Amino acid sequence: MAVFMQSLLSGILIGGVYALIGIGLTLIFGVMRVINFAHGDILMVGMYLTYIAFTWLGIDPFVSVLVTFPLMFLFGGFLQKVFINRVLKAVAQNQILLTIGLGLIMSNTVMLIFTSDYKLISTSYSSSTLKVGGGVSLSTPLLVSFLITATITAALYWFLLKTDTGQAIRATAQDREAATLMGINVKRMSIIAFGLGSALAGTAGALIAPTYYIFPQVGSVFTLKAFVITVLGGMGSVVGAMLGGILIGVTESLSAVYISSGWKDVVVFVLFLLVLLFKPSGLMGKSRT
Amino acid sequence: MLRIEKLNFAYDDLKVLWDVDLEVNEGEIVTVVGANGAGKTTTLKNISRLEKPGSGTITFEGRDLGRMQPHQVVEMGLVQVPEGRRIFPEMTVMENLRMGSYVKATRPDRQKNLDRVFGLFPRLREREKQLGGTMSGGEQQMLAIARGLMANPRLLVLDEPSLGLSPLFVKNIFDIINGINRQGVTILLVEQNVYQSLRISHRAYVMETGRVVLTGTGDELLANDHVKKAFLGM
Repeated sequence: MAVFMQSLLSGILIGGVYALIGIGLTLIFGVMRVINFAHGDILMVGMYLTYIAFTWLGIDPFVSVLVTFPLMFLFGGFLQKVFINRVLKAVAQNQILLTIGLGLIMSNTVMLIFTSDYKLISTSYSSSTLKVGGGVSLSTPLLVSFLITATITAALYWFLLKTDTGQAIRATAQDREAATLMGINVKRMSIIAFGLGSALAGTAGALIAPTYYIFPQVGSVFTLKAFVITVLGGMGSVVGAMLGGILIGVTESLSAVYISSGWKDVVVFVLFLLVLLFKPSGLMGKSRT
Repeated sequence: MLRIEKLNFAYDDLKVLWDVDLEVNEGEIVTVVGANGAGKTTTLKNISRLEKPGSGTITFEGRDLGRMQPHQVVEMGLVQVPEGRRIFPEMTVMENLRMGSYVKATRPDRQKNLDRVFGLFPRLREREKQLGGTMSGGEQQMLAIARGLMANPRLLVLDEPSLGLSPLFVKNIFDIINGINRQGVTILLVEQNVYQSLRISHRAYVMETGRVVLTGTGDELLANDHVKKAFLGM
């Protein structure tokens, strides 16, 4: 039982970070209907920012979120303004090619600067654990990152539900033309949405940096994961992305313990296919008719 | 107040507007009638800058709209309620109304405008927390008009407000439009319900295949032989 609780809780903790990645992708898709294939690479940039802050400036990875979030927001806003806004009316293939291209530029630029060597951030607490009773102990960095994730998600939720700008972003996602007729500057909303999506991905990168290898191609793993999470939850649904993230985290963690860690991805994809088989629009998605 | 001169517009190779001239004066209800595909909605899209004209000028209160972004047109008090209502389906009635007063200059008046639209449409107050997408067609149309009013419009543009409504409700909508006009809002109305809309209009234009073919007061057009034959089945 303790083993079960242990892996369940760890799964939820890592799932929180996955949720952050998924929410970013789903936000971008919801507002722009653009599938961001550079999402994992944006996360990778966040990881390297954290690495720089840690090794050059000695800033703790978790504290560096305060810098990473706004920097990645600006970076994402820049990408939207300069590149993505130009292809909003283009066919989907062109949008996909553009985001893949942007991702390649990011990973190759980082490779030029940092080489493709694996980097590690080792903090005093990287492998420390916290006993929570009943024979269950949780990894301290995972616990801290989950708390940060939960705070950011709650703040984002409040922003989207209660503020005029947040509501305008949702309105733009639901009906772009009608939003325009309300006097909403939809191009600006797109910039904010891509900025937020990138900030969330970058923050997720910062949060996993202390427990993960950092290398220029790490993004592809997370792009794939982000898709599984958002499609599982339902494209465009923030709540769905949260559920999807937690579900994937728990599935990975349980299958690593009860089957083998080499098989965890298989279990995740089987689960993914099953959900799509029985509910093609995803857990929280609406079927498009 | 609104003046359109020699407006020409094409969707790629398909030309849909030829030299359209149209004018709306302060305080009027002006109606544009015409069959499907006559270019009515395209004209409105050009006014709101959702489409950019091929040639011709559109001015609102003396200012050329030619260089403006769509949201800037709304900021000037030219507000369009689009065809098909276009409610935000996953937002509540209240959130939809709040989006109506998204423009910064109108936010201080939000409470006042809410009271005003709830006065016009008491049903909306009852449905405050309901999701827009789950309401009936008539209720959605009320919400769409109310949402437009939240933006403090000086000119309210209504595209087919009676489309798809029950006959009983159609009469209701025209009374409401008349009432809004009496509160001092100028109205540009596009309608296929020719009889009802001409009845409440000060002036009207008849469009056919992208051209304005006839113009006059509402009563004049109601008495016009061509209008009678083409639209009123008389």
